[in-house]
Amino acid sequence: MSDHAIEVRGLRKSFGALEVLKGVDFEVARGSIFALLGSNGAGKTTVVRILSTLLRADSGSAQVTGVEVAGNGRRIREVISLTGQFAAVDEILTGRENLVLVARLRHLKDPGAIADGLLERFALTDAAGRRVATYSGGMRRRLDIAMSLIGAPQVIFLDEPTTGLDPEARLEVWAAVRRLAASGTTVLLTTQYLDEAEQLADRIAILHEGRIIQNGTLAELKRLIPPATVEYVEKQPTLEDVFLALTRKEARDEPLPE
Amino acid sequence: MNHFLSDTVALTGRSLKHITRSMDTIITTTLMPIAFLLLFVYVFGGAIKTGAGSYVDYLLPGILLITVATGISYTAFRLFMDLQGGIFERFQSMPIARSAALWAHVLTSIVGNIVSLAVVVGVALLMGFRTGAGFGAWLAVAGILVLFTLALTWIAVIPGLTAKSVDGASAFSYPLIFLPFVSSAFVPTASMPGPVRWFAENQPVTSIVDTIRNLFAGQPVGNDIWVALAWCVGILVVAYLVAMLIYRRRMS
Repeated sequence: MSDHAIEVRGLRKSFGALEVLKGVDFEVARGSIFALLGSNGAGKTTVVRILSTLLRADSGSAQVTGVEVAGNGRRIREVISLTGQFAAVDEILTGRENLVLVARLRHLKDPGAIADGLLERFALTDAAGRRVATYSGGMRRRLDIAMSLIGAPQVIFLDEPTTGLDPEARLEVWAAVRRLAASGTTVLLTTQYLDEAEQLADRIAILHEGRIIQNGTLAELKRLIPPATVEYVEKQPTLEDVFLALTRKEARDEPLPE
Repeated sequence: MNHFLSDTVALTGRSLKHITRSMDTIITTTLMPIAFLLLFVYVFGGAIKTGAGSYVDYLLPGILLITVATGISYTAFRLFMDLQGGIFERFQSMPIARSAALWAHVLTSIVGNIVSLAVVVGVALLMGFRTGAGFGAWLAVAGILVLFTLALTWIAVIPGLTAKSVDGASAFSYPLIFLPFVSSAFVPTASMPGPVRWFAENQPVTSIVDTIRNLFAGQPVGNDIWVALAWCVGILVVAYLVAMLIYRRRMS
């Protein structure tokens, strides 16, 4: 067995005349969080779709837990889980029914107990019996990620998990991703937000125009540019600090920081 | 394929909830056929000569086919929405029997259409539809309608998988809804001019309508039932093969 949960070598994919991936290489260590950082159209989703057996690569190799993805779809699908770019939840079902459905499709015993456990863990117990159509964006994303955890997959792909979420919901998702990695799951997440990669990832790869142009830890990437100069600046709260301070329920009764 | 049955059952349960929790799809499915029934029985019917028997008895088989043609556009719609929303990709990235996701929609379509057909038959009974058909004849009518629904559902899967927009996913059913008009469903084909009559007598709807009408009337079905079954099975096989081919390509 390889040390790497994911190993990608010379991956290429074109859609007609459009060359989306022009030879992508990277590997992800077991139990780590790896961020694929890139702007819209960089090919992040294409990489994830190939790794999750939804799309065939034109050439190159992609291995998950040491197994080649091409030709082993069924084996790969046993060990992975995908949370796509758009919350893949059923709006007409309740939150609990969504979880039970996935547990049944993963052929697990006692789907109801699994669903209840996850509802608890993702603070959705109160909303369990409500249709997902009534959920907020953050609740949907939480449910979406909870659905991905069923069956304890070894590798989880999160495609832009916080796109379109408000700051509060974004922090909730980040906390969920950190808990995942802490439990030993390998996480590959794609994002276009630099701070997200900075906050979550053990390693960051920058995908630009179909190639990985840089790959390293945050410290390594920071070393690529001239060393920081020390300046003294007055610490102003960012708009995010202000927004979160004003909207946090628990902060409501306390005086705002100066 | 070891989990095909349990996966199909789980996914069918899911899409059936889409029907039971938005009964409006059943209502809108039956609205147009019932409107046709009222319009033709109470407005045009008096001017249409169909021989002995009441016009509602003559008309109902064709209306039932229109009900199915309307109903399957929702199948294409639901399939299209699943593909759009990303939940299909979730299913396809899980260790399930991949064709189960498609079969679930097909089975749901059959259940939904049976409910719609029952509603339309109920309305026809209120309007004076009467039949001397026994249990066997009813069973034969039900069998033909289920087979017809299955064939049309597999046709509906094709636009459901390939459409680029919601409108495209359901617009394909319009020709199917109007096909019964150029058949023996509303008026006897003998009244039609040559080429139209030839088309009407040789398209699938006429043989299916005539078979159901004879079964309801307690008349011998003759050769029509075999022609009707051949059409249904033929459409079913071709549509199934095409839909599966598109599905495999899409989900490679």
